[in-house]
Amino acid sequence: MAVNDQLGDVSYLGFQAALAGYIAALVCFGIQFASARGAAPTAAEAVSMSMRAASKGRTALLDRGQSGGVGQNGAIGQIVKPERRPRRPMGALFGRAALLVTVIGFAAHLFSIVTRGIAAGRAPWGNMYEFTSLICAAAVAGFLFVLLKTKTSSVGFFVMIPVVILMFVGGTKLYTQVETLVPALHSYWLVIHVLAVSLSSGVLMVSGAASVMYLLRARYERKLLAEKEWVREAGPAEAGGFVPQATVADRSRLASLPSLAALDRVAYRTAIVAFPVYTFAVIAGALWAEVAWGRYWGWDPKETCAFVSWVFYAAYLHARATAGWRGTRSAWISVLGFVSVLFNLFVINIVVSGLHSYAGLN
Amino acid sequence: MVTRDTTHLTGGLTPDAPEPAAPGHGDAPREPYRQGPIRGALAFLRNIWRQLTSMRTALVLLFLLALASLPGALLPQWSLNTSKTAQYIIDHGAWGTLLNRFGFFEVFASPWYAAIYLLLFTSLIGCLLPRTWDFVGQIRMKPVATPRNLARMPHSGSVSTTGSVAEVAERVTGGLRGWRKVVRTENSGVTISAEKGFVREVGNLLFHFSLLGLLVAIAVGKLLGFEGSVIITADDGAQSSFCSSTPSNYDNFRPGLLVDGTDLTPFCVNIDKFAATYTESGQASSFVASIRYQSGADLNTQNRTPMALEVNDPLRIQGQRLYLLGHGYTPEFKITYPDGQVQTGGEPFQPQDSAFTSQGAVKFLDPPGYTGAAVLKHQLAVVGIFAPSASINGGIMTSTFPAPESPGVAIQIYRGDLGMDTGKAQSIFSIDTNQVANGKLVKLNRANLAPGESMSLDDGTKVTFTGYKEWVSLQTSYDPAQGWALVFAITLLIGLMISLTIKRRRVWFRIAAGAGGAGAGEQGSPAPTSTEEALSDPVRTVVDKGTVRVDIGGLARTDQAGYGDEFSKLIRLAEAP
Ligand code: HEM
Repeated sequence: MAVNDQLGDVSYLGFQAALAGYIAALVCFGIQFASARGAAPTAAEAVSMSMRAASKGRTALLDRGQSGGVGQNGAIGQIVKPERRPRRPMGALFGRAALLVTVIGFAAHLFSIVTRGIAAGRAPWGNMYEFTSLICAAAVAGFLFVLLKTKTSSVGFFVMIPVVILMFVGGTKLYTQVETLVPALHSYWLVIHVLAVSLSSGVLMVSGAASVMYLLRARYERKLLAEKEWVREAGPAEAGGFVPQATVADRSRLASLPSLAALDRVAYRTAIVAFPVYTFAVIAGALWAEVAWGRYWGWDPKETCAFVSWVFYAAYLHARATAGWRGTRSAWISVLGFVSVLFNLFVINIVVSGLHSYAGLN
Repeated sequence: MVTRDTTHLTGGLTPDAPEPAAPGHGDAPREPYRQGPIRGALAFLRNIWRQLTSMRTALVLLFLLALASLPGALLPQWSLNTSKTAQYIIDHGAWGTLLNRFGFFEVFASPWYAAIYLLLFTSLIGCLLPRTWDFVGQIRMKPVATPRNLARMPHSGSVSTTGSVAEVAERVTGGLRGWRKVVRTENSGVTISAEKGFVREVGNLLFHFSLLGLLVAIAVGKLLGFEGSVIITADDGAQSSFCSSTPSNYDNFRPGLLVDGTDLTPFCVNIDKFAATYTESGQASSFVASIRYQSGADLNTQNRTPMALEVNDPLRIQGQRLYLLGHGYTPEFKITYPDGQVQTGGEPFQPQDSAFTSQGAVKFLDPPGYTGAAVLKHQLAVVGIFAPSASINGGIMTSTFPAPESPGVAIQIYRGDLGMDTGKAQSIFSIDTNQVANGKLVKLNRANLAPGESMSLDDGTKVTFTGYKEWVSLQTSYDPAQGWALVFAITLLIGLMISLTIKRRRVWFRIAAGAGGAGAGEQGSPAPTSTEEALSDPVRTVVDKGTVRVDIGGLARTDQAGYGDEFSKLIRLAEAP
């Protein structure tokens, strides 16, 4: 197998360009996210909140009229809060910029992966640098797809955080020159198994990000409810009641997160796409182990950890069908599942290391 | 989140039927004295069984399974690496001993792990049997009757249109292609109940039954299978042959619980040559062992089939598989005794690093010309390092490259009683150092040798490093159930994909003449009942003036969100074309 070092360098340039794009995207998404603080709740969010309230056996307190009413009722001398500020145009601008740099970064990323494959004369996912890159590309692709389908651009911020971290570590600590593979990896199962693992892990990253957002949003809504309840119990301002100077919704950046339902949907939809692929990847891994190590399953640390992740995701799907476990609890399980996937890819490979061997990292 | 319990509407469609009442409520007797102890015990058992087979218990057990597996990934395990595990226990003192006592270094064979998965699979069986039964019943049943108040369904809408009830019904049933449907007449019109996505349940059951099948296949493999490994030095001569006829031919034989090793299917292999190639940086790029093998009827003949055995490509013979798992070097020595007699010998040395600096011992147990106790005074051992590309730094020989470019050995000679007849098993890679400690084995001189060079001992014996051969480590594996494991893995995956992509859903139409006919009259816009529904499918209420009123309700199992678009299309079925 011929190895082309020059092309390998070109590929690495593409990788760096992609990382630069993603960092810019992270910053832009961050600004967009921060500037959306205190944005008016969408109709959907209002419904979502009123129903949360109703579910607690209380009347809906959170419709927009009421939230404005707090200000209108303000006593003399009280700083009157206007109704929640509308979304600032700056946010939208940065949102568009974020999307643009993400797409450019993604194009550079694909270029980098393809040229790396050509340079090495094999599938470009044979060592940790290479499949870290592939996972991140899958995550960004997953995010772009979600964006296309649901327009929830704030997912971008939460997906870009792990993507940028992983790309950075991949491009510095894990980077290796283009190399041929050790004989243990000369197998078409490498192509199938690692591709499936990487793609599904990338999509699970989107799912995990959505679940984290779900948990943040759920916490925020709990606070919001508590505050409203508190204001209501304190009574109207003119009767000596207390009017908060800024509501939780005004103070918190989390107000601009999509509704719980939308987040739950993103997390679930991405998980049910990725889970069968991940299952397939584990089965392909077992088939490979059968030809490589003499048994299809041997509780090697990597196999064990893959099993743990698989069981977590099975539990997540179960939880969504179990009374009392939907919502926050299943979101937690999904986050655990994702943490175990990442743990398997990095900590197990680098620290524990069993039979799984990767060129360039021992 | 709020989710209205719609179980009563769905005839068991929702998976999590209400949890069984806690003991002391529904099942427990109000008047204990009337109840015999046997009935009491039965009620108690039934309650336990119900708890065990509930979704919630399954979930908790799944969770426990994941947590309990974790130490298997994080702590060294006896079955994977004995020396690492032993070292870990020593390093961690009392904690190590305690963890060892509780099976943390043998997680997947520990009783607590078995308890978790056995409970889980009991729960699975307890859950699958009634569900299969229900499912068979549901196939034979007609779609459930239309609920009275369709506006309370998660998806609902109503349409007023012109035409007769029969015409609208015709149009709707015609549009419901691929749905199981039934038309019923009511006092004021007709209702149509339809359902789709039964295959989802098939997929789900297939998935869960495949899990059971997979567990059984794994268990059978563990009972009836075996693994054996052996190290053989490649050599064109007869020295290199191995026959799998009895467990004792293996260096290490790990039988399944029901395997006693008396009826192994034999095959024989000769290892003629081993070749590895490396890149400039010393990374291996290929391993090939040239072998000849015979099995079955060939065993009694001289017929041998030649083949190249490679990593990732085992030889499959009569259900057994032969793998090339590792390789290394076998240095060879010639001993020329003072009386001129010559002995030769070589042993596999164990690689210590990626450049194949290897360690081992060659033992000469039968010095010529001695008998009786004198033999035990003159046994020789050549102990030390072999380096395929030797380099000496500070007196220590290491290898700089894995290929044999400038081989060398750094050896230490011992003479005396090697202790082979003490009955204690000895490693082939080392001598028994107790024999040295108790003075029975005497340390003589040491030397660094290149091929062809020799050293002399005090009595005039000459030790020559004649060269090296290469060894391979082979493994035979046998698992009669692995084909079944694959079959179940595939059905598991198919079932999973079916179950996750197909949605099970129902739709009801109530078609009645006039605006107020169907009893679903002036409801106004019904309150949405859960967050998802409210967002995905803002309730459609399309009321025109007309002569036929159609109320439509929809219900999807689990993921309501995906049903919205399709439901909008279903509503349009009722509208005039
Ligand atoms: C042995 C461990 C188990 C695993 C790994 C497992 C895994 C899964 C997975 C991945 C799903 C989602 C895919 C699908 O809907 O088909 C699922 C669904 C389901 N499982 Fe299990 N399961 C296990 C045991 C059980 C047990 C013991 C029960 C009964 C108590 C059960 C009842 C269900 C039900 C009712 C669903 C359908 C949920 C829905 O409608 O979405 N499972 N299971």
